[in-house]
Amino acid sequence: MVIDIKGLQFRWQPSAPLVLAIEDLTVGPGEHLFIKGPSGSGKSTLLSLISGVATATVGTVRVIDQELEQLGSVDRDHFRADHIGYIFQMFNLIPYLSVVDNVTLPCRFSASRRAKARARGKDLHAEARRLLEHLDMDHADLHQRAVTTLSVGQQQRVAAARALIGSPELLIADEPTSSLDADRRESFIRLLFDECRASGATLVFVSHDASLEHLFDRAIDLAVVNRSVQDALGERGGL
Amino acid sequence: MAILSLAWKSLLNRRFTALLTLLSIALSVTLLVGVERLRTEARASFANTLSGTDLIVGARSGPVQLLLYSVFRIGDATNNLSWESYQDIAVHPKVAWTVPISLGDSHRGFRVLGTTEAYFEHYRYGRDRRLSFEEGQPFSDLYDAVLGAEVADTLGYQIGDAIIVAHGAGEVSFAKHDDKPFRVLGILERTGTPVDRTVHVSLEAIEAIHVDWQSGAPIPGLSISADQARAMDLTPKAITAFLVGLESKIATFQVQRFVNEYPEEPLLAILPGVALSQLWDLIGVAENALLIVSAFVVVVGLFGMLTALLTSLNERRREMAILRSVGARPGHVFALIMGEAGVLTLLGVLSGMALLYLALIVGQPLIESRFGIFVPIGGPTPYEWVLLGAVIAAGFLVGSIPSYRAYCLSLADGLAVRI
Repeated sequence: MVIDIKGLQFRWQPSAPLVLAIEDLTVGPGEHLFIKGPSGSGKSTLLSLISGVATATVGTVRVIDQELEQLGSVDRDHFRADHIGYIFQMFNLIPYLSVVDNVTLPCRFSASRRAKARARGKDLHAEARRLLEHLDMDHADLHQRAVTTLSVGQQQRVAAARALIGSPELLIADEPTSSLDADRRESFIRLLFDECRASGATLVFVSHDASLEHLFDRAIDLAVVNRSVQDALGERGGL
Repeated sequence: MAILSLAWKSLLNRRFTALLTLLSIALSVTLLVGVERLRTEARASFANTLSGTDLIVGARSGPVQLLLYSVFRIGDATNNLSWESYQDIAVHPKVAWTVPISLGDSHRGFRVLGTTEAYFEHYRYGRDRRLSFEEGQPFSDLYDAVLGAEVADTLGYQIGDAIIVAHGAGEVSFAKHDDKPFRVLGILERTGTPVDRTVHVSLEAIEAIHVDWQSGAPIPGLSISADQARAMDLTPKAITAFLVGLESKIATFQVQRFVNEYPEEPLLAILPGVALSQLWDLIGVAENALLIVSAFVVVVGLFGMLTALLTSLNERRREMAILRSVGARPGHVFALIMGEAGVLTLLGVLSGMALLYLALIVGQPLIESRFGIFVPIGGPTPYEWVLLGAVIAAGFLVGSIPSYRAYCLSLADGLAVRI
């Protein structure tokens, strides 16, 4: 299993309320999982746990057969660098780096992804350009432009190339399409699917937009899976 | 290494604010090291206001007072010393030369000093530099005057101009020796010492303008014209002080004791170098204050960097989240901000020193002619290295504050972007 969550409970502080409680959640290799959840349903927390920024208070989170609770914080950062590609909702790019430097950024922090990227392309830059091309960013002039002048859609594709470089096993996308037009959303997701398929990566895609659900192999509703939310909602009178 | 190149690119991206920060550090470093260098040279130049003279002899008073009126023309002698005593000491076997000086009159606020040709021969300042003439020559006639550079500049005098000497040292004087005008025969080159602010005449001239004076006022009914005075015996009865050069420095204390124990008259002999450094210790407080102030300017410059980095942190929280998402540790984020602070500090110090050397190359001739201070353009002295090291250390210390804050933020934020 790429992700295997068992008996998870999480609170930010021992005295703080429970924000996440998941009994059992597994994601298999190559799977494209859609996690639906309104804001406040605990998706950021779940993504933090999967990417090893936070660790479970109770229970275990296993990612690619590695129990994250057993790693120290430095090792978890290494683990994330090596195995996880991450796409944010928006403003994904470091403003002072070029398009290509933004794409190769993970290779600065992970030797294994650097090695894999080099093995695929001639060098890091060639591999970055290859990925950008696959994501329909093949105009050479785009690579020269300051990243802040790119359109939102172009920025998200650069972010996707960055998440994909060096073929990490797991791709996490946190509402990557919410800043895109409706017709561009689907094409972006299809591009993402193609690339994930090509590299064999597992995709976890989080969104509150249920209209995208049908594109995925499997969808779960975090509001249902997360029992702490149900409790909280119950307390607030079913809001 | 990866982080340092990120830090560099990040600074380049914010090059305008980065440049301003760098400039403020650079200027403060220029000021700090410049002040340090100037004060070292000012101290050396002050100690060399009078060089080559082994002893200064005057009527008994305090060493600093004697130094003030004989060398700096500040204040007045409480007493004169008699011509006989002067003659007596001048022929002491260990004495090589003497330069008598007689003070008490002034010209439009500048002191008039009566002396002999020996003054132009033996007076030394700085590193054994002698007086030289910009124009003209030493006085030869009774009513000739030689002006210091500043006197000539300020009052706009040229060779051949006539000047009137006033009685007393005040800026405005009502008692003028206007019956015996002087003619400017020479103008000295600028020395950066009190010589620049002095009008030199002969001892005999001082005597001549006072032949018909008593107790600071003209004797009523008695008027001796300039030409009549020439015919009279103008050997002075008293002088204010005299400079002594010895055959050998070894005899310094022997001659000093001889003067101090002189039986005919209470006299005082001082070593100018010692008295000068005593005086410097009195006024050196200002010099230290200056260095402290410039050190604070450096602190202000570094605080500018602190402010710039701290205020940028909030807008950079997203950047930190992105870095964390690709596997950067909070330590990397710390190193990123620290790298920026380090680059700013190091470049600031480097360009500050470059600015200093540029200023020195441009300003060296000006400082030398204006203040008589020669500032050598050499590598940093050990003390300057210490100052530079302290600036760099302070820069890193100051940089650690926003770095630590960024560390904490990235630890708390994780991948969440909270703005």
